[in-house]
Amino acid sequence: MTSKKGIPWIKDEAKPELRSWEEFYRNRWQHDKIVRSTHGVNCTGGCTWQIHVKEGIVTWEMQGLDYPSLEHGLPPYEPRGCQRGISFSWYLYSPLRVKYPYLRGALLDLWTAARAEHEDPVDAWRSIVSDPDKRRRYQRARGKGGFRRASWDDVLELMAAAQVHTIEKHGPDRIVGFSPIPAMSMISYASGARMLQLMGGVSLSFYDWYCDLPSASPETWGEQTDVAESADWYHAKLLAVMGSNLNMTRTPDCHFAAEARHNGSKMWVFSPDFAQVSKYADEWVAINAGQDGAWWMAVNHVLLKELHHERQVPYFLDYTRRYTDAPLLVEMVENEGGDGQPATYRPGQMLRANRLERYRDVEHGDWKFLMWDDAANAPRMPKGSAGFRWAEKDKGKWNLKLEDGTDGSPIDPRLTFLDSSDEVVEVELDDFGLGRSTRRGVPIRVLETADGTRVRVTTVYDLLMAQYGVPRGLPGEYPESYDDADFPYTPAWAEQYTGMGRDLLIRFAREWGRTAELTGGKCTIIIGAGINHWYHANLMYRAGIHALMFCGCVGVNGGGLAHYVGQEKLAPGEPWGALAFGKDWVGATRLQNAPSWHYVHTDQWRYERSFTDYHTVPPGQPEGSMARGHTMDTQVKAVRSGWLPFFPQFDRSSIEVVREARAAGCETDREVVDWVVEQLRKGALRFAVEDPDAPENWPRVWFIWRGNALMASAKGHEYFLKHYLGTHHNEVSEELAEDAVEEVEWRSPAPEGKMDLVVDLNFRMDTSALYSDVVLPAATWYEKADLNSTDLHSFIHPLSKAVPPCWESKSDWQIFRAIAEKFSEVAARRFPEPVEDLVAVPLAHDSAAEIAQPNGTGLSDWTKGEVEAIPGKTMPGFKVVRRDYKNLHRQYCSFGPQAREKGLGAHGTHYPIEDVYDELAANGHSERWDAARYPSVREDEDACNLILQLATVTNGELAWRSYKELEEKVGLPLAHLAEKSRNVRVSYKDLQCQPRRLINSPMWSGLTENGRSYSPFTYNVEALVPWRTLTGRQHFYLDHPVYLQYGEHLPTYKPKPLPVHYGDMRISANGHPGAEQAGAVSGNGGGPPAMTLNYLTPHGKWHIHSTYGDNQRMTTLSRGVEPFWINDRDAAELGIADNDWVEVFNDHGVVVTRAAVSARIPRGISIQYHSPERTYSVPLSPLRGNRRAGGHNSLTRTRLKPNLMAGGYGQFTFHFNYWGPTGCNRDTHILVRKLPELRW
Amino acid sequence: MDVRSQISMVFHLDKCIGCHTCSVACKNVWTDRKGTEYMWWNNVETKPGTGYPALWEDQEKFSGGWELVGGDLKLRSTDKKRTVFNIFHNPHQPSMDDYYEPWTYDYQNLFNAPEGPDQPTAEPISMVTGERIDIESGPNWDDDLGGSPVYAENDPNLGSLTEEQRQQLFAVERLVFFYFPRICNHCLNPSCVASCPSGALHKRGEDGIVLVDQKRCRAWRACVAACPYKKVFFNWHTGKSEKCILCFPRLETGQAPACFHSCVGRIRYLGVLLYDAARIEEVARHPDHELVAAHRSLILDPHDPEVAAAAVANGVHESVIDAARKSPVYRFVKDWGIALPPHIEYRTLPMLFYVPPMSPVMAQRNGQVLDHHHDPERDDLFHDIDRARVPLKFLASLFGAGNESHVRAALYKQKAVRLYRRSVTVGDVTTETAERALRESGSSVEEAQAIYELTSLPTFEDRFVIPPMHREEAIEMMKDPLTTKQEAGFGFLAGPRRGM
Repeated sequence: MTSKKGIPWIKDEAKPELRSWEEFYRNRWQHDKIVRSTHGVNCTGGCTWQIHVKEGIVTWEMQGLDYPSLEHGLPPYEPRGCQRGISFSWYLYSPLRVKYPYLRGALLDLWTAARAEHEDPVDAWRSIVSDPDKRRRYQRARGKGGFRRASWDDVLELMAAAQVHTIEKHGPDRIVGFSPIPAMSMISYASGARMLQLMGGVSLSFYDWYCDLPSASPETWGEQTDVAESADWYHAKLLAVMGSNLNMTRTPDCHFAAEARHNGSKMWVFSPDFAQVSKYADEWVAINAGQDGAWWMAVNHVLLKELHHERQVPYFLDYTRRYTDAPLLVEMVENEGGDGQPATYRPGQMLRANRLERYRDVEHGDWKFLMWDDAANAPRMPKGSAGFRWAEKDKGKWNLKLEDGTDGSPIDPRLTFLDSSDEVVEVELDDFGLGRSTRRGVPIRVLETADGTRVRVTTVYDLLMAQYGVPRGLPGEYPESYDDADFPYTPAWAEQYTGMGRDLLIRFAREWGRTAELTGGKCTIIIGAGINHWYHANLMYRAGIHALMFCGCVGVNGGGLAHYVGQEKLAPGEPWGALAFGKDWVGATRLQNAPSWHYVHTDQWRYERSFTDYHTVPPGQPEGSMARGHTMDTQVKAVRSGWLPFFPQFDRSSIEVVREARAAGCETDREVVDWVVEQLRKGALRFAVEDPDAPENWPRVWFIWRGNALMASAKGHEYFLKHYLGTHHNEVSEELAEDAVEEVEWRSPAPEGKMDLVVDLNFRMDTSALYSDVVLPAATWYEKADLNSTDLHSFIHPLSKAVPPCWESKSDWQIFRAIAEKFSEVAARRFPEPVEDLVAVPLAHDSAAEIAQPNGTGLSDWTKGEVEAIPGKTMPGFKVVRRDYKNLHRQYCSFGPQAREKGLGAHGTHYPIEDVYDELAANGHSERWDAARYPSVREDEDACNLILQLATVTNGELAWRSYKELEEKVGLPLAHLAEKSRNVRVSYKDLQCQPRRLINSPMWSGLTENGRSYSPFTYNVEALVPWRTLTGRQHFYLDHPVYLQYGEHLPTYKPKPLPVHYGDMRISANGHPGAEQAGAVSGNGGGPPAMTLNYLTPHGKWHIHSTYGDNQRMTTLSRGVEPFWINDRDAAELGIADNDWVEVFNDHGVVVTRAAVSARIPRGISIQYHSPERTYSVPLSPLRGNRRAGGHNSLTRTRLKPNLMAGGYGQFTFHFNYWGPTGCNRDTHILVRKLPELRW
Repeated sequence: MDVRSQISMVFHLDKCIGCHTCSVACKNVWTDRKGTEYMWWNNVETKPGTGYPALWEDQEKFSGGWELVGGDLKLRSTDKKRTVFNIFHNPHQPSMDDYYEPWTYDYQNLFNAPEGPDQPTAEPISMVTGERIDIESGPNWDDDLGGSPVYAENDPNLGSLTEEQRQQLFAVERLVFFYFPRICNHCLNPSCVASCPSGALHKRGEDGIVLVDQKRCRAWRACVAACPYKKVFFNWHTGKSEKCILCFPRLETGQAPACFHSCVGRIRYLGVLLYDAARIEEVARHPDHELVAAHRSLILDPHDPEVAAAAVANGVHESVIDAARKSPVYRFVKDWGIALPPHIEYRTLPMLFYVPPMSPVMAQRNGQVLDHHHDPERDDLFHDIDRARVPLKFLASLFGAGNESHVRAALYKQKAVRLYRRSVTVGDVTTETAERALRESGSSVEEAQAIYELTSLPTFEDRFVIPPMHREEAIEMMKDPLTTKQEAGFGFLAGPRRGM
């Protein structure tokens, strides 16, 4: 080459030796090995990563790019991975790494002394925990330093002793485990869960506790959550993004939204602050925080008025008829009183088919419903409802064909009686916003029932038209126009809540409707924690869902509710469920909904009065209504009625109970159960939930792994410190419940330090580890084999060992295997023979218990003699199981015979597996003991392979079988959905080569053949398989008797709980007169002024929950702390400048951090992104006597919405992480002031 | 015509999500060692904002880049003669306050603290002094408008706005921000190279990558001051300047640079451009408002046989010319004209181009409530570019030396593409409307389809067209490639030493 004149800096290789220095950088790039892994961190990313290893050290990670491509015309998935994931390698060799087992020094000293005194470790443990002073000694030291490195042998023995002692003294259900989100590393989740379930311990739920569960999904669809993979956003032509900050929380998926825009999609973003995703928006709707429900209610008003009534879009009406409960008949209930006034009515339950002569004797007639058939001009009973699903005689009719369930004649369902009513009656509808009711005319048909009475019915659709206030020429308080602000739910009405103009709303609704009409429903709502964490989130969600249902957007590609909060989708669910919960050995599990458990056991119930202090319900609730009273009483009722589980079960050991029953002469298991029911009925045996503060009812041993249970997810963290740990805390709340509770024992003082032992498995010293007694060194995600799946894409990923577990760490699977091994050894002396245990099981979803409590019988209480005590019907079911503690470790390592015998299934599916089981047992990896041979799951990789071989999403033959079995129930062809993938079989090694796509499976409701992007409910819409609900259809109307009492049977708007009534600042506001008004500034007895703000904790940019946030990369790219974001004018009023230290407080606790002052945040709200640790950069709090300040959950507490406890009825039945109240926290308020003095 | 090839880049700001994955990818590989802690060869800024180092765009303060003095180009910071007098002190050098003092935490305290009355915490510690530190700045301090009264409100690009317009930017009606990822621009007229008294900085002939020779660098640090983008950093440990190397070890092995590879917003494109090196100085002397067009005119059409022949004559490999023909950068910059150079008024002729971002429509207060600007007459599904939240003036300050026309054209064309795709995929925008919009933005259906495909659907191979680097030929100049095959890697590695 020639050198160039005039541009001396362009240097060719004229003197090539001058460029030899370039190897400086080339050498750095060189590496020895690349291994595929991912991050098990509940981020929903599920990204494939290449871990680079050099000299046996992990040096960095880069994204993998080799995802199989989807159908033509979709952007590819590559690359996936975010700023957080790519910083993970820092942890492996960081000073934050837990390299060895650690034990709290004070406990180690006591243990050493006790072991010297007692030959038997169980005796040694008892000598410590039965001595109040000794127990107190180490409990008070929790979280306060003093860790000592210990040997694996020593900690294993201590843990085994604690478990055996607890089982002996209190029963196994005082041993609990918390680990969240199995999908992120499912073998690691399964480890502790399997050990605990084999033992009889308790697994705590997470999806509801994290408030990730969208209650509206079970309410509407009978589905925990099923959502589109992110590629499907690309098909959406209108994207409404609310409460979901795609850049932040869907980082690797966000591009699909951006790319959709360049393909002509329009994007609306709803967010009170200019959240990061707003930069993408065509229209950023700066809606008032937590008022999204009001927006959607008014949108539905417009949609119904313009596109269902004034103009009837054929696609919308046809869809509404076929796939929703809109045409079903609802019985109207006449209001009492009247005094000569015309009668008014309230909507009641849906009319049951067996009320009519024609259907009087049909099987499960209480669980079959009616539509008005236009052809017959009479009510007809469509197929597909729960009554058909659980049929024993009349099978094969659980489908969505519009046919009569008796004679198969076609049904042409009528949506409205507007033009064909017998009469129009005034219906009373609640207006919770303004605290009144409205009366609106509704067209009625009058029917004669089999017993000769006349009932008034209308359609769900007509009720919706009335509730949404669509004027259709009917009498009553209907708004006259969109500008009528006095009546819900007009665009003008919405303004007062949303702060957004009516013209904007109307334009949005019209764009929505037009887009859905032209595209066959390609409108998508992407929704997340920003909405889901409010107390009334279920109502906000339902309102949005209705806009989707009215316009035929559910079950189509590019349409639907894309709820992403938590990595809940564990794709290969069937074998995993068996493995994780020990169902291959034991026939019943102890799965506890964590929100209830923590609410009760952390004693947070003691700090509030009636929930109606802050939860608006219809006025004039009668005596005995469930829409009044204390949440704790509802909780007790829910346990008694079998609606929710609760552990410990009884006021004594469940093993002891069986022993007593046997001693009393019970021979069969059935007799044992009957004996137990009798003891309960007469009060000789009591549920522990009725007296949770009695020492015999405390939880005692707690294993925490893969999660930050004491900080990131501990709503009411300071109450955890006080009542669980018995160490120092910063809450100053007042106990208020004593006079408000009726069903629960009040003990005074409240117990502190309920837990005997807290064990944390971790690779880093997070807050939970810091406060635990035992910290065990866990392998990182680059040091073990595991599996990972997510909602956001349709691939399954491996975690792999790039390097062996560092220092003394082990994989979670191996840690719990070691604990199980030691436990078996220690327990063998105390329990040489198998023991019998009685497990209480709640009425379960996807089982016949969905039809246990018809017509409101669930409201009756057997303890009050209102109904007979029948296990599995009016109360929990009970099951006697056998536990073999001596062989527990062997069971842990062996996939047990019950799976082979019973087959596998999930979400109501089932398929046989004998041949695959035998294949697995015959290969080199098997366990042989007691003359039998089992598939081995001793090694992590064995467990991975077992799951992949036995799951329908990775074994096409099993998917085919599962469809085939379902065909019998449905009565329509389904197995063809698996034909194309019938020969697929995926192994762990395959995954290490390339991510594999999940194939069609009846466990899931989306279809993926030929690269089609996964969109939920396409299976239901296209194959006519019903939703798993009461009616088999998508539900607008929720007629559970509890919902009727709460006024949530129809979509509605409920106001946000007010801060003072919510009880965040009863004490704290005292020193700050006027501070109870949001936004008010007040003095502080000479201290800096304080201001009340709504405290929001959305997901942030520099962490996934609390992981990554403490690493050197992420702290550097943020501000070294998790700052407190505050509006610039609010800050100015408080004299707070950017980066000033602030003290943020309420009755629950205190946070000290720095202010990020920004115009991006609207006035009156503040943000501290979820979730900071209190382990780094946290100073002392002057307001709490210069004690160490806390983390974001120091300012929150657990609040349960009681109607979410309703059960025993259709989709309202319990399933782990599917149903129950959620751990909402968005309504929290705080006071903030400038920190007077910085002290460390 | 002096035809050269240059590996060039496009960042599509409309797609950028501000995640900083690029920054960490780079940091993990290149700047995670002593002396480089504070360096972020790749960083991402929030705009408006003051960036990293703070206020780097304020050349009154930092005197980077070139200025026109009497029609001649002069380094603002210094020239080689003046450097001699500034050996020990460079007045325009950013200080640690302008960057930040890197820190970590006393994490081990959590393990080692003896039992005490209260919970231990890991306090922040300076990575420079090892002492406790009060953290007051960082490399991304004003992220997402954090500290907006201090930082965003003082963005130098707001200088062209009136006081009223500036205030509006921080009220809910117009509040907005976007992201601005930055790496070295590998400029055609690099002031850093021009400023180096040792000749350590150079631009590689075959690909245009600007490098600091880690043997020849003598710690003058003139480059640090001269680069107006502040993308050359001084390693206090080795005493050498270092900067983005465009991951040449990756490019040489056919892999995209780490920050490109890791971009999950899929905003980055890389490819070869052929340009006429003979015109560099002439182009850089154009008045501000002509600079964007002049810069674009430097880029030559690789399909032009004359250009290709001149390139071959200049020693550009045929396979590189072929890569230039497939270059996505060429399409964005030259064919479509929607990617623009940053701060072209610095006259370094950057070879990283940005597609300017669209932004949400402005709101307006309507009594107690907010509404959005909307013209019922037009029934525009996608709002008028002039009603977007980011003022054109602001974008023009960044991407047009104040000239709004290029920014406006780039935004109109993007909108027209969206209308066209809407008309195809939904139909509520009529074909006539879409075609009119395309016509008015100087585009066509064919071009719109191509823009759409490269914006929305590109695969890794579409985004990154990496030219063959023919390492065998480069190595051959020093050593037999067969010998290299046999011997590569044997030997002892030694780190660079100060002054060497």
